[in-house]
Amino acid sequence: MKYEYKLYEPSWCPGCGNYMIRTALKQALEELNLNPHEVVLVTGIGQGAKMPHYIKINGFNGLHGRAVPPAIGIKLANKNLKVIVESGDGDTYGEGGNHFIHAIRRNIDIAHFVHDNQIYGLTKGQASPTTAKGQKTTLQFDGVKLEPLNPLALALTMGAGFVARGFSGDIPHLVNLMKEAITYKGYALLDILQPCVVWNKVNTFAWYKERVYHLPEDYDYTNKEEAFKKAIEFGDKIPIGIIYKVEKETYEEKFDFIKNGPPLVDVELNPKNVEKLIKEFI
Amino acid sequence: MDYTILIGGEAGQGIDTTANLLAKILKRHGFYVFSNSDYMSRIRGGHNFMQVRFSDKPLHSHISQNDIIFALNKETIEIHHKNLTKTGVIICDKDIPLEGIKGKALSLPLLETAKELKNQKVFTTVGLGVILKYFSLDLSIGEKAIKEEFNNKDIAELNLQALKKGYDLIDTEISLKTSKDENILINGNQAVALGAIAAGCKFYCGYPMTPSTGILTFMSHHSNEMGIAVEQVEDEIAALNMALGASYAGVRAMTGSSGGGFALMVEALSLAGMIEVPVVVIDVQRPAPATGFPTRTEQADLQFVIYAGHGEFTRMVIALRDVEDAFYQTARAFNIAEKYQIPVLLLSDQHLADSLKTVEPFDFDKISIERHISGEEAITEEEYKRYKITPTGVSPRILPGKIPGQVVLVDSDEHDEEGHITESAEIRKAMVEKRLRKFEYLKEEIQEPWFIGKENPENLIIGWGSTYGAIKEAVENLVDEGLSVGALIFGDIWPLPTQRLFELSKNAKKIIDIEQNATGQLEKLIRQEALIKATHKILKYDGRPFSSDEVYSKLKEVLV
Repeated sequence: MKYEYKLYEPSWCPGCGNYMIRTALKQALEELNLNPHEVVLVTGIGQGAKMPHYIKINGFNGLHGRAVPPAIGIKLANKNLKVIVESGDGDTYGEGGNHFIHAIRRNIDIAHFVHDNQIYGLTKGQASPTTAKGQKTTLQFDGVKLEPLNPLALALTMGAGFVARGFSGDIPHLVNLMKEAITYKGYALLDILQPCVVWNKVNTFAWYKERVYHLPEDYDYTNKEEAFKKAIEFGDKIPIGIIYKVEKETYEEKFDFIKNGPPLVDVELNPKNVEKLIKEFI
Repeated sequence: MDYTILIGGEAGQGIDTTANLLAKILKRHGFYVFSNSDYMSRIRGGHNFMQVRFSDKPLHSHISQNDIIFALNKETIEIHHKNLTKTGVIICDKDIPLEGIKGKALSLPLLETAKELKNQKVFTTVGLGVILKYFSLDLSIGEKAIKEEFNNKDIAELNLQALKKGYDLIDTEISLKTSKDENILINGNQAVALGAIAAGCKFYCGYPMTPSTGILTFMSHHSNEMGIAVEQVEDEIAALNMALGASYAGVRAMTGSSGGGFALMVEALSLAGMIEVPVVVIDVQRPAPATGFPTRTEQADLQFVIYAGHGEFTRMVIALRDVEDAFYQTARAFNIAEKYQIPVLLLSDQHLADSLKTVEPFDFDKISIERHISGEEAITEEEYKRYKITPTGVSPRILPGKIPGQVVLVDSDEHDEEGHITESAEIRKAMVEKRLRKFEYLKEEIQEPWFIGKENPENLIIGWGSTYGAIKEAVENLVDEGLSVGALIFGDIWPLPTQRLFELSKNAKKIIDIEQNATGQLEKLIRQEALIKATHKILKYDGRPFSSDEVYSKLKEVLV
């Protein structure tokens, strides 16, 4: 690795889980020997989505809920770029739910890190799709009435080939999960539990710390049935680690011209090569 | 000579296939062809029809009168017999009752003939054979077209027999002089797709929506051969965001839909304006609001696409006037999008999208590819500045991953020159001005509208987009009659070119606005931008395209 990941001063609250996620991200990229210009961080809107402003890296900081579609466009245009989507729980599972589901179906080679603090931070404390039922928030003052969305179980149901959960308070473990997700060939979901120190008074650092445990070494992450059991385990105990991982053909590998050709961005353009298409109109 | 053949019946009866075959066969006899389709939003039943007009002179529109009505059912005769010319003929099966129907009829055993071949469905091909013979057309040209149309050998053989049997059913009524075929036959959607591929579009995505789907289909069919990533996306929100990602990474990218799908793209259109990533978007208009008339035509999205998107940013809007324009302007749109780093919006409509027209083969030598992508020379300081403030507002663009150590950051938040999020009032002001400065620079690029008719006319017509063909034929007829009529047909619409408007409006006694919408959206824009007001408006919003004779008679009412 020749170029360094310069850091910029974030505007996050002191004690925010995003600091630890940034530390883990930087370390993971360094350990994978990737240069800042070889990686694109695609984000939506939210506190976690500001990541490309606080670490020197190629960045596409787009719209709320819309981080996944540009990431797909980028990967198809230049397969040599490492593409990482990084956004929050509201961004990914709420506003961007449809894109999330279809990204799994496509299985394009991108890593998706979800900063999941079970609350809306940037908009000041409303419920997110992962906020627990009954939890009181600044908007749901008498408690959330909806069932929470289970991202891991949903991803498994949709046929994701890589599903993992990390915790911002366990950096060495998180670094490892990030590296696994980035090097996985296909769509890799990494849901990262993190505290929101200002707006979520239930799921605090201590709350997570008491509950999370590493999946045992003999856990078989290729067993989908076991994976479902771990995906729905969210209460007194919360497993972290690779929940499910199997090899699958990636979307881009299904196209010969992408798989075996140069990146589309490097293809020379010549209108004369297109002239042959006129024959079907003669 | 100038003949129109109408083929009508229920959805699913093979109207489209038969009419397209007929158009191709006529074209291969050296005739000019214009074929339009009128179909319902259903897969079976209802009433659909296509008109195939052909002549030894170039055609630009359909007309309402038919010389032949090939009726696949009784309803077709009931609906269309009033639009049969005095010498016109109805071709139909002998079992269809014709009481009370005016006009000559060729009542033939079409169904019986098809049944002899043990497949009732081919009775349309039997009818096609009848039409060929009626006009003394070459059976072998018909046979060749059928072999090309049907990949399945048995089905091809069956249709060949049906064609021959139909051909033998009657004697020739009209002998036509043919000539050498040197043209192509293409519709608006195909011309747009071909223009995009010629311009080096390497990413196209969309969600199926009539009448824009033909572009997506054409791109998809040529995806592997031409090396183009073509995506059917989950929704149109994904479509434009995905195209922006592809463009950011450095390929020419495009997406398209009809008005309803474009409405979903509007948030990302504003993003394109903010992050200054080039992209081409086409709206193939259909009647709205909401779902409207899915399979019909209108020009009512003009004001929408000019103003779509929250906030203020630079864009260009180009309306496509005919299939040649569709090809060349689509290719041009990519150059403009990349030169100014803006979204370029193309406006087509169902009429242009689905109508087949004969034109000279497109000239690929006329297509230039100008990328405006920078290399190392763009790095003048330690860090590359994606949004460097410049006199034109356009900042040097490098691609992510191409220059070691340099990163490209685009941001939907207000940002500084490097692309980093900012709250600075000073930077905000500079960036707003930078994005809008491009609009002034873009004005150098715009093309004046096409002019048809008599120079310095007393009666000046204004129109835009696909009404070009109908207006052109109507104006030429009126000029032939000695009337002082001329028309400006806009292609580039935003920024609005005004030079010709100012010149011609000075002498004009009447200014007549012709549009396929209910409020005269172009005329409103001209009032806003040039303070010129139309004296008359001819507006059509029933979902059916103007025919040239309809424009002619409406103009006559205004002029006399």
